Amino acid sequence: MSLISAAEADKNSYDVVIVGSGAAGGQTAYTLTMDGARVLMLEAGRNYIPATETPMLRTNGEAPLRGSGTPEKPFGFWDATIDGGWQVPGEPYTSDSDDPARQFVWWRARMLGGRTNHWGRISLRNGPYDFKPYTRDGLGFDWPIGYEDLAPYYDKVEMLIGVYGSNEGLENTPNSPPGVLLPPPKPRVSDLLIQQRARKLDIPAIAGHRAVMTTTLDHKRLPQLLHPGNTKAQQILAADMQKRSACIFATPCGRGCSIRANYQSTTVHLPPAMDTGNLDIVTDAMVRAVTKRADGSAEGVIYIDRKTGAEHRVKARIVVLAASALESVRILLNSGVANGSGKVGKYIMDTVGANFSGQVPLLENLPLHNEDGVDGLHLYTPWWLYKQQLAGKLGFARGYHFEFGGGRLMPGMGTAAGLEWLNGGTYGKKFKEEARRYYGSFVGFAGRGEMIPNDDCYAELDPKVKDKFGIPVLRFFWKWSQHELGQAAHMQKTAAEIIDAMGGRYSTPPQTGDKAIKQGGIIIHEVGGAIMGSDPAKSVTNSYGQSWEMKNLFITDGATLPSNADKNPTLTIMALAWRASDYMLGLMKRKEL
Amino acid sequence: MSLDRRTTLKWMFAAAAAVPSLSALAYTPEPFARDVAKDQAGYGTDPDLVKEWQPGGPWPLTLGVAARLTTAALCDLIIPADDHSPAASSVGVVEFIDEWISAPYPQQRADREVILPGLQWIEAESQKRFSKAFAALDQAQKEAIANDVCSPAKAAPEFAAATKFFARFRDLTAGGFYTTPVGMKDIGYVGNVSLERFDGPPKAVLKKVGLA
Repeated sequence: MSLISAAEADKNSYDVVIVGSGAAGGQTAYTLTMDGARVLMLEAGRNYIPATETPMLRTNGEAPLRGSGTPEKPFGFWDATIDGGWQVPGEPYTSDSDDPARQFVWWRARMLGGRTNHWGRISLRNGPYDFKPYTRDGLGFDWPIGYEDLAPYYDKVEMLIGVYGSNEGLENTPNSPPGVLLPPPKPRVSDLLIQQRARKLDIPAIAGHRAVMTTTLDHKRLPQLLHPGNTKAQQILAADMQKRSACIFATPCGRGCSIRANYQSTTVHLPPAMDTGNLDIVTDAMVRAVTKRADGSAEGVIYIDRKTGAEHRVKARIVVLAASALESVRILLNSGVANGSGKVGKYIMDTVGANFSGQVPLLENLPLHNEDGVDGLHLYTPWWLYKQQLAGKLGFARGYHFEFGGGRLMPGMGTAAGLEWLNGGTYGKKFKEEARRYYGSFVGFAGRGEMIPNDDCYAELDPKVKDKFGIPVLRFFWKWSQHELGQAAHMQKTAAEIIDAMGGRYSTPPQTGDKAIKQGGIIIHEVGGAIMGSDPAKSVTNSYGQSWEMKNLFITDGATLPSNADKNPTLTIMALAWRASDYMLGLMKRKEL
Repeated sequence: MSLDRRTTLKWMFAAAAAVPSLSALAYTPEPFARDVAKDQAGYGTDPDLVKEWQPGGPWPLTLGVAARLTTAALCDLIIPADDHSPAASSVGVVEFIDEWISAPYPQQRADREVILPGLQWIEAESQKRFSKAFAALDQAQKEAIANDVCSPAKAAPEFAAATKFFARFRDLTAGGFYTTPVGMKDIGYVGNVSLERFDGPPKAVLKKVGLA
């Protein structure tokens, strides 16, 4: 197996063609190839090699503009994203409205592994409530499955990719079975202070869950649990796990990781999948549409070779869209398939986001110590007001969590900047003293909450605009409901209360929801657009991401999520993709497809 | 580190050559700053993350000699040498600010519209008050100007624009300085080293915060 050209792919035949190489495409390819299916993966961007391309241990001072974000590298110069960001040259999208509050912005990456190369690695399980939100409060949609259906796949994904965390048994915040999670990193001093003071407000702070290896993986035990009875898969995985190193507690994860200590599709899913000999990958392959056989089933896909502009067609027994929720929606709309329900493009959700930060005198002038740690989320606050919310006391229906932190982190352009609200504005030796004093004394809270699907948030094909390949683009419609706005206001208000309890201060007071909330798409947790359900008239797929109309067309990315719990969606996407892939393998083995 | 030494030497020569003839600068053809080309490209969406990058590499620097001297003097007024670390201009902060205001991106272009007029204001103010270039002023004279513009809350209305400039210039100077090896050491950043394990805060830290 290997990276092959489009021309080579033309000559081959495959069981499955997968569009996309990120969390969904990577997991789907992994599960299928480890069990013997012949798979072709199409990636719209270029090949990417983390081992040689990751800027490990480089400082901001070594980067242009000290590493600051620009439109060409929005998350900073060292961020792993290639040919991506809120805008991709030659690949526009449009908005129905000129009002920023009614616009959705769409982050894409054009590289092997997609956004998994730079993501935050936060890996939270949905809890039992999160699968039955309609039953619980009458809003949105229930999933066609429950927590118990997905729990075994959460276990598998966590064991495969390596997730640290702890089991606290809190409401709707599931434990993992013993031996699944890796030990969490020690909290930073700011984490401990937040934990101590938040406790007085009855707000919990527990170990975060992130896909970062705080220790090496158990290559003797885990492969047998993940691939029972499949000796070849066990051997391949055991060998690959030994090539992954534990975290070195340096270098922000958003740059990717050359030693493979965190999860990215390119370092975790694709290497063992390639070692099976069953996976071919064509990069620079921009998929336009799913093609149809005379009997109405999916035939394959049409794609454009970015390098030559030539159009190629590939056929397979099964077509899997894993192109990211909205790119998969776009492919479906451009194909004119699988949309008997009229629901393709509907119910797009992002995560509700509001940030708040402050300065804490207790954290000033601390003795020097290394706080790099695992970069993010040593501790976090899971949603804690389930009972008050269900009793209608909050004015918004769904929960959020806090990602928080501070610390003496690698200096960048924000270091010692904007201190006027604290020191009035100084210069000279006094300024240098104050820079030392305030460094590491700031804490930030990122509220990340559940958005409820609504009729005002959707995408359709723009009737006029096409991308540089001539493919019609998406046009977005967006509107928050009072639930999201109320939640955003609550996030800032609560963060301010915690900062108050720490004896801290902030430059601006908490704001109203419409001002506090981040624009739709900014949190980059977009899901929905082809939701799963149990009624073909009201949903696009069943619980396996299988199209109701094209039985050999599957969607394994976030498009099928019928709700978007506050738990960051990537872990759930991978668990669903593994489950869907097991189902596909069963169908193929039984010759039902 | 070789970059810093090179930068330092370059600046010593530049300063030695230019300071005595500052009064002649007004008659030289060199502009205060060269224009950024309208079609100036950035580093692109797929820059090489392994190679060495330096100011002037991805796009040309644009500050003229006089502007660089003013920039250096102002940087060093904000971040002078002290017991902890050397002055900002000695570790490449002038070249960084030049890189920043010469960059073809919206934020940097907006900053250019604040920084260049601000530097020219500083020069004009210096001539008006002391009939000398800012770089040639003594410390008390420099402080006399800076004291009028360093504090947004206290600045008189006629200094509003200059105060906005000073705040932005201070942020750029600080970011430029504290991202250098000496700046990181000064501020007390001791990370970015490969560790076998992460131990969390030492006892002394917990004690100081009241957690141990």
